[in-house]
Amino acid sequence: MAITQLKAKIVSNERVKNNYWLLRLECAEIAGKACPGQFVEIRVGEGAEPLLRRPISIHDAHKAGISLFYETVGRGTRMLSERARGSLLDVIGPLGNGFACDGLNKKNRIVLVAGGMGVAPLVFLAKRLKTIEPLVLIGARTKAQVVCLREFKDAGCSVKIATDDGSAGFKGKVTGLLESCLGQGGFSQIFACGPDPMLKAVANMARDNSIGSQLSLEEHMACGIGACLGCVVNTKNGYKRVCKEGPVFSGEELVW
Amino acid sequence: MRPDLRVKIGSLVLDNPVMVASGTFGYAEEFKDFIDLKKLGAIVTKTITVKARNGNLPPRTCETPAGLLNSIGLENPGLDNFISDKMPFLKKLGVPLVVSIAAEEDSGEFFTLAEKLGGIGAVSAIELNISCPNMRKDKLIAQDPKDTFALVSAVRRVTDKCLITKLSPNVASVSEIALAAQDAGSDAVSLINTLTGMSIDVQRRIPKIASCIGGLSGPAIRPVAVRMVWEVYHKINIPIIGMGGIMDTESALEFFLAGAAAVSLGTVNFVNPRACLEVIHGLERYLIDNGIPELSRLKGSLKLCQD
Ligand SMILES: Cc1cc2nc3c(=O)[nH]c(=O)nc-3n(C[C@H](O)[C@H](O)[C@H](O)COP(=O)(O)OP(=O)(O)OC[C@H]3O[C@@H](n4cnc5c(N)ncnc54)[C@H](O)[C@@H]3O)c2cc1C
Ligand SMILES: Cc1cc2nc3c(=O)[nH]c(=O)nc-3n(C[C@H](O)[C@H](O)[C@H](O)COP(=O)(O)O)c2cc1C
Ligand code: FES
Repeated sequence: MAITQLKAKIVSNERVKNNYWLLRLECAEIAGKACPGQFVEIRVGEGAEPLLRRPISIHDAHKAGISLFYETVGRGTRMLSERARGSLLDVIGPLGNGFACDGLNKKNRIVLVAGGMGVAPLVFLAKRLKTIEPLVLIGARTKAQVVCLREFKDAGCSVKIATDDGSAGFKGKVTGLLESCLGQGGFSQIFACGPDPMLKAVANMARDNSIGSQLSLEEHMACGIGACLGCVVNTKNGYKRVCKEGPVFSGEELVW
Repeated sequence: MRPDLRVKIGSLVLDNPVMVASGTFGYAEEFKDFIDLKKLGAIVTKTITVKARNGNLPPRTCETPAGLLNSIGLENPGLDNFISDKMPFLKKLGVPLVVSIAAEEDSGEFFTLAEKLGGIGAVSAIELNISCPNMRKDKLIAQDPKDTFALVSAVRRVTDKCLITKLSPNVASVSEIALAAQDAGSDAVSLINTLTGMSIDVQRRIPKIASCIGGLSGPAIRPVAVRMVWEVYHKINIPIIGMGGIMDTESALEFFLAGAAAVSLGTVNFVNPRACLEVIHGLERYLIDNGIPELSRLKGSLKLCQD
């Protein structure tokens, strides 16, 4: 599918809570092609500082545009949060290969596992999987950092939470929660996005339970379009580009 | 009247002087959704080696002030796969094609590459990448005038194709190396390759790229690149392809004024995939606005203050 570069109008750019922001963009051309797990590359400023674009997952897509859910962690994302409603943002997308969810039906019990900002692409996926009513597990450090609960519930998912300090839901890592859920049996596929250690644990659990896993990875990206070979991860078939062959890889394929 | 943007590089005539820098444009196909590739002055491929290379350990890139540090390590599919998988698309474009080549172990690989590519009609020129900083070598060919002369003259004997020698900025005297390339029969030189650099994550106390040292590109290196083009311009007669941090028309013009016959755009392609076409258009505009009929008249036309 062709990639589009365009100036998207900022419909809104608002703080949700803490350092989490929701950005809505008018860009029907990208929205029409977007699949869950794909991302866009945004030029947050105009000059040479910061130089590179920033990769952000597509959080939702509807007819007229897309929304992005991001955390301000450094200069680029902070500059993005300062961009005003009505102004134009240079966006490239949709990029990469998203989650493969064709052919799934209600017979498949699906679990989505989100660690931290990993919720961002999984909301879009949950909406696409609405009829399957997946189980969603959200992991966060504390209750205050749990985000997107409403969105998952509105998409018809049942949601469980794990917090490191036990301030909400299961006390411990989300992978601990996943382990107990898998123990009940019946799951056929795990979709996950989050930090590398979490993804690695998910891949191992999927393998031990003989079920499939699709993991969305992050790697530093210079181009986002497959040209620089900077964003590679090691797989059973050699290095692959996270921005092109990924960001979603099957757990069996990755070499950690 | 539209100004004349054509440039001659050895036996090769380009419709315009805007090329893409090796390693920043993949094999062109990656950019087909963004621009009309046929409008480029020339396409330079990612450097290829005889055998396929996996490249260096990730992480391979990090952003620096107005720059990019990379240590890709020449990941490429190897000569045969390049010819079978990448050439068909490039051939169809009909744009002058420069294939960048490098050796992994011994310089004999340059001859294998040059001979095989020399037999392919769609290959317009060969760029000798003797300056890649990411190969874990103690010394690069482009860091020694004698080695440069020996390598370029040996390749010159095996092919009639237009030969471009890519120079390293990581040297004491770049003009000395440029002269050696010229004396050995190179049709042009391109400069600069990346400057070696390092960047450190102070929280974790680890280098930001796995190989520790990488190559710096982008606007951060532009003044160094312009200076080197200027120095080399006064020492050699063959054309210079200037590069290093070009972001737009204005920065491209700096290189022409310093003495470049053509320019290559690199890192900017990652940020603005349309940059090359914008620069072609911008150059045309500049020439019209300044009443200059041919781009070639701009070359090295820097005015110096008289003392
Ligand atoms: C495919 C993909 C999808 C992503 N989706 C989201 C999302 O939906 N929401 C969200 O908040 N974040 C997401 N990220 C992470 C986001 O790209 C980084 O948080 C952001 O680039 C940080 O930029 P900065 O200038 O604020 O931080 P800085 O730390 O100042 O950035 C410095 C450099 O490091 C890079 N960088 C820093 N952190 C990351 C990271 N985690 N991944 C990749 N590059 C990084 C930056 O792009 C920049 O080049 C995603 C990353 C990838 C690769
Ligand atoms: C990611 C990346 C990969 C590169 N790979 C190559 C390469 O394979 N061969 C080569 O001769 N130069 C390579 N270069 C160097 C560029 O061709 C160019 O000389 C340099 O980046 C300076 O130009 P720029 O500042 O416009 O990028 C690479 C540069 C970058 C950023
Ligand atoms: S970021 Fe350049 S190839 Fe993936």
